[in-house]
Amino acid sequence: MQQEDATRLIEDWTRTHGRTRDRLLPLLHMLQEEIGFIDDAAIPAIATALNLSRADVHGVVTFYHDFRRTPAGRHVVKLCRAESCQARGATAIEKAATDRLGVPMGETRPDGQVTLEPVYCLGLCAVGPNALVDGRPVARIDAATLDRIAQEIAA
Amino acid sequence: MKRVYVSRDMASVALGADEVAHAFEAAGCEVVRTGSRGLFSIEPLVEVESEGKRIGFGPVGPADIAAVLDGSHEARLGDVAALPFFAGQQRFTFARCGVIDPLSLKDYAEHGGWRGLETARGMTPQAVVDAVKASGLRGRGGAGFPTGIKWQTVLDAVSDAKFIVCNADEGDSGTFADRMLVEGDPFCLIEGMAIAGHAVGASHGYIYIRSEYPFAIAAMREAIQLSAERTAPFTLEVRVGAGAYVCGEETALLESIEGKRGQVRAKPPLPALAGLFGRPTVINNLLSLAAVPFILAEGAKAYADVGFGRSRGTIPVQLAGNVKHGGLYEIGFGITLGELVNDIGGGTASGRPVRAVQVGGPLGAYFPPSMFDLPFDYEAFAQAGGLIGHAGITVFDDSVDMAHMARFAMEFCAVESCGKCTPCRIGSTRGVEVMDRIIAARDSATVVQAGRNWEGYLQKALNSRTPDRIDTGLEAQTALLRDLCDTMKHGSLCALGGFTPYPVLSALDHFPEDFGAKSPVKEAAE
Repeated sequence: MQQEDATRLIEDWTRTHGRTRDRLLPLLHMLQEEIGFIDDAAIPAIATALNLSRADVHGVVTFYHDFRRTPAGRHVVKLCRAESCQARGATAIEKAATDRLGVPMGETRPDGQVTLEPVYCLGLCAVGPNALVDGRPVARIDAATLDRIAQEIAA
Repeated sequence: MKRVYVSRDMASVALGADEVAHAFEAAGCEVVRTGSRGLFSIEPLVEVESEGKRIGFGPVGPADIAAVLDGSHEARLGDVAALPFFAGQQRFTFARCGVIDPLSLKDYAEHGGWRGLETARGMTPQAVVDAVKASGLRGRGGAGFPTGIKWQTVLDAVSDAKFIVCNADEGDSGTFADRMLVEGDPFCLIEGMAIAGHAVGASHGYIYIRSEYPFAIAAMREAIQLSAERTAPFTLEVRVGAGAYVCGEETALLESIEGKRGQVRAKPPLPALAGLFGRPTVINNLLSLAAVPFILAEGAKAYADVGFGRSRGTIPVQLAGNVKHGGLYEIGFGITLGELVNDIGGGTASGRPVRAVQVGGPLGAYFPPSMFDLPFDYEAFAQAGGLIGHAGITVFDDSVDMAHMARFAMEFCAVESCGKCTPCRIGSTRGVEVMDRIIAARDSATVVQAGRNWEGYLQKALNSRTPDRIDTGLEAQTALLRDLCDTMKHGSLCALGGFTPYPVLSALDHFPEDFGAKSPVKEAAE
């Protein structure tokens, strides 16, 4: 089902946006937005659409941290690990977050409810530790904030 | 109906500005969403308009609405621009940020917008390039290359197509100026790029924004649509990154726009001659391009009159990390590190003593407070073994473990290396291992006290991968770390591998006690 979806999406998108090579990243962003991840099974269709080799597409998909090759959890928490957040206690928050959410950094919880990912800077560096929770920025994270995030995720 | 101003900046929203704005709307106020003024200890900031003046209150929560509207709220700040944090600034690039509605063409024009572009279009391309040269503007991405010289190279190149590329892949921790400008005054960047297009003969531009900045991407896309008529025939599009730090390196960024892996290109050829799609390309940092409208509108001299040594104009310094009054502080070059951290930043947020500051992001050096008399200037920082980078200052208090920060620098480089050159790809991973051994040796007192047998050290192959043949003592591993950093610094293709030694070695040199050394190396050298 998904593969046909992907092929149709790719066709529709390239019809309006063109088939030149520089469309590859925008196309991958669109697919991930629509389907949630870049399925290996979709790579031949992408390669055909943009007249690239499958190896080329695979190389790009695997190079960029953003592109997932497996589905994420229903909620995605991107927690900043960069220096400015570290200066404000992010290392302890990272540990607390993995405990509170019950998932190691960089993984999806077995029940599929949440994915915890590292991010290297959200540009909110004076109000850390920071995270993006399902795309919503959250600043000055402490134990109470983590509790709220955990409740959101349980819902 | 009362008019109130609330920021829509991502940092303000993260602190609850949306809830505050909704509460004012519910109370029947006209809410104008601006960018951020740039001082985050007073966000969410609300400015209430009364008799043509704006009275600031902050920080404000959704429950404080009534007290703010009747003026009795205890966080009353008065005229925000008159606060010491703002009064001391020289806002050339960020003059409108936090003041206007970022997506209102009317606001932009009323606050001096488009004057630079109009002036430029009345001049020959060569005269525009000459003005940029005369301003002394240097690349704000960190390398400090004269912007006018770069433009001249592209202007002189003969080609059927040329491009303007804005590097808004602001990946350095401790920096947020690009994000603030795009969210708070996107037309300023658009105007700067249109001027660049006129100056070098390019008709299309790309703005490469990192995916971690969703608010900036949305604001930029909308601003491009709104101003398309104004910038025509020059056209613009946004390209979104995909989480690769190395794409902030200019040639990797060009590869990424072309739809490839973000791997660094060997130079030459320079992007100015063979850049995007092999065509002559102006690739500038966002802050360089956003400084251009002021230069054209006010004259090159007005810009060049401010500054220090060969660093002319203003630099939007970003105070970040464990700092009391963090935010964006635009000021002429020459201000000292100590003034920025202690006087303007107010020291640490935790109230503990400042132990170290990292200037210039993950590739910048760590400085101790004893070096706080260092003036903000490209040359002065280079001489002190550091770099200005994108002018982010990350403050750490005395709880920081500098050996862990050095390890993190190597770890970050390993995560983000594009893999093209060996010193960076492999050196960073070996660097993490060496740092792990140093930390282990430091933490196990017996090893430190046992001392090393230097004859034994010589017999052991330092590079051997057999664990029992590696001298894991502090001296040997520290020597190995210096050797590795030397290889990475001189052997890497770009700044990622080449500059990772800056944080590592500066931590080692200025904070040797965290690396298990008995006395500071500096004293021993003197």
